[in-house]
Amino acid sequence: MAEAPTVSYAPTEELDLIRSTARQYLDDQFDSETVREFMMSDDGFDRSAWKELAGMGWLGLLVGEAHGGAGLSPTEMGVLMEEMGRSVMPGPFFASAVLATCLINEVAEDGEAADLLESLASGEIIGTVAAYETPRGWNLDDVATAATGDARVSGKKRYVLDAHMADLILVLADTGGGVGLYAVSPGDRGVTVEQVPALDPTRRIGKVRLDNVSARRIGSGDSTDAIERAIALGSALLANEQVGGCAAAMEMSVDYAKTRYQFGRPIGSYQSIKHRCANMLLKLEHAKSAAYHAVRVTDDEIEFSIAAPLAASVASEAYTWVAGENIQVHGGIGFTWEHDAHLYLKRAKASSLTLGSPQFQRHLLGEALEI
Amino acid sequence: MSQADEARVDALVDELISEHPPQGTDNVEFWGAQYDKGLAWVWHPEGFGGLGLARKYQRRINSAIENAGGTTENRYLNLLGIAMGAGVLDAHATDEQKTRWLRPMFTTEEIWCQLFSEPGAGSDVAGLSSRAVRDGDEWVVNGQKVWTTLAHISKWGMVVTRTDAEAPKHHGLTYFIVDMEAEGVDVRPLYQITGEAEFNEVFFNDVRIPDANRIDAVGAGWRVALTTLMNERVAIGGNTVPRSSGQIGQALEVWKSSNSNDAVLRDQLLHLWAETEAARLTANRANEMASAGIPGPEGSTGKLAWANLNKEIAAFTVDMMGLEGTTYPDGYELTRPESFERHGPQKSFLRTRANSIEGGTSEIMLNILGERVLGLPGEPRVDKDLPWSEVPRG
Repeated sequence: MAEAPTVSYAPTEELDLIRSTARQYLDDQFDSETVREFMMSDDGFDRSAWKELAGMGWLGLLVGEAHGGAGLSPTEMGVLMEEMGRSVMPGPFFASAVLATCLINEVAEDGEAADLLESLASGEIIGTVAAYETPRGWNLDDVATAATGDARVSGKKRYVLDAHMADLILVLADTGGGVGLYAVSPGDRGVTVEQVPALDPTRRIGKVRLDNVSARRIGSGDSTDAIERAIALGSALLANEQVGGCAAAMEMSVDYAKTRYQFGRPIGSYQSIKHRCANMLLKLEHAKSAAYHAVRVTDDEIEFSIAAPLAASVASEAYTWVAGENIQVHGGIGFTWEHDAHLYLKRAKASSLTLGSPQFQRHLLGEALEI
Repeated sequence: MSQADEARVDALVDELISEHPPQGTDNVEFWGAQYDKGLAWVWHPEGFGGLGLARKYQRRINSAIENAGGTTENRYLNLLGIAMGAGVLDAHATDEQKTRWLRPMFTTEEIWCQLFSEPGAGSDVAGLSSRAVRDGDEWVVNGQKVWTTLAHISKWGMVVTRTDAEAPKHHGLTYFIVDMEAEGVDVRPLYQITGEAEFNEVFFNDVRIPDANRIDAVGAGWRVALTTLMNERVAIGGNTVPRSSGQIGQALEVWKSSNSNDAVLRDQLLHLWAETEAARLTANRANEMASAGIPGPEGSTGKLAWANLNKEIAAFTVDMMGLEGTTYPDGYELTRPESFERHGPQKSFLRTRANSIEGGTSEIMLNILGERVLGLPGEPRVDKDLPWSEVPRG
């Protein structure tokens, strides 16, 4: 087994700046009231908010400078994702600026699909990825949607993030010789998109039906490895978002435990509550370490094959546990619609399944470790 | 990181190695020379085994010595002295005391032990009742200590005693270094559930300690004790260990030798591997973040995490062994080991039960995290302002 590399986790001035800018913007523009408005709206987000994110330069953070992006690394995007996680930021940011962008970055060959990257970075289009077809179909061997040699694609994709808002759907399809990446537009002949009610209404999902759709192939030959890498990048970045949500949920519990009195004492003075909060901190710190590590080792192929599923499984379980315990610390009020605790629980549970359950991520980890 | 400091450290290490080639030099002599060059605890002031540099250079020094074929195993042979006692002396002792004790501590010529816990004072160690009464230039000590690692081979003991029973418990304590060979010190093995006696009970019957062996002021014992405990928790929890080593390393060995492909066991193993790796990365991150090298309550997450993980992993490892897990290869011979050694899985299963008790129970660690890191309110303390003599005990 390869020895673990030494990595620096200390924040730099640049990372601190991204964090403080993001925190301020999100606190102002995506407070709980705003998040709830989007949550209850038909689409879950809107185009004017999307244009604002483009104006912040966030949509092109991972797009190269040649294509109008900022050309930053996963470490910087990790900080932004963490801050978005704190706010349970609604909308297709993850689907478009992370998943779709990473897929094109990894799969496209020499300047191919530059127009798509430019449109994603500028906010002109919203992208998403139609990857899975069955409830536990995270393994790319299970992709059944088929592509013909002349790039005609047929299949039924499910659990597609924010499909109803997407202008660009990147479809994973079986080429007969491995998985390939195909760009389609919802307006293309043979494409039908239907939104499905989501457990986490701040991040929508939908069905995409493809009937002999004439698609645009990105990349060539067998793209399985590049697609797996893009999804691993997505998992590592999602883990950073989970860390942010986990921290916010823990802070909610700690604040409440200091100010809620029962039997004449703040409930945080009772060990049953105090120890629960301390265990939240322990899980949060572990998740943070794994998530920070993963985005810093993306250039080290072997280490990243370990670090990405490690971060995904640890952060998913930490966030889900903390978000659940946060409701328990709050008691009855924590179970009400009015309180924000459920926003975190729903995001935690849904995001822990989005790109592979903790068990599936551990399966990937086992393959990387040869266990 | 200053390049000049780095160059200075490297030059001194080269000098040490060329003047005292590890292969041809007796360990004690080598460690003495290492101390004299300020390479023992590099953050200590010059003249006391250090160079007044940042703590982080110690790792550089240790690996250079190990790469040259030297050994740093004195840190394990005299763990309580080198990892904890030295920090106490550095922070609280007079120059005379440091000169007397630090060098032979580092060379392992004098082994150290720690005498805090008592049968009536475990988690609430500040409630301890061993009494020290002043008699001229000496103090006379009576009482019983328990869970004392290596007391039977120690020359010196770090002991906390009660010198004022009428003050509230934290204010009536005084810290001494006691000569474990002095008259009236009685050390008896304390056998534990593994069948080994790593620990001892120590009885003090009219033991006389010179006032020159007092650390810090009369009544300041709790402050000194806290320095010791912080250093202990960092020593237990703050270690940077290689990936896949320790308890999880043993689990991996058992998994591999079993040639199993059981999906349930595999997922459990990977779960424990992932949690261990996350704890390891957290220790690395905390080490990097820790400024100036002052151990703080953050060290408590590591201690808590390793205690939980060691217990879970050891229990799971025995599960993987199936019926072989019902055997106990060493037998219960009631032995008294003289160093820290690696155990087989069954003995680890038993030994790790102590991990969440020794060096501060996990419940106390959770209190520390909750109160000092998260700022949650403390429990009401019924004994806080009472004279120690009026505190209920039992």
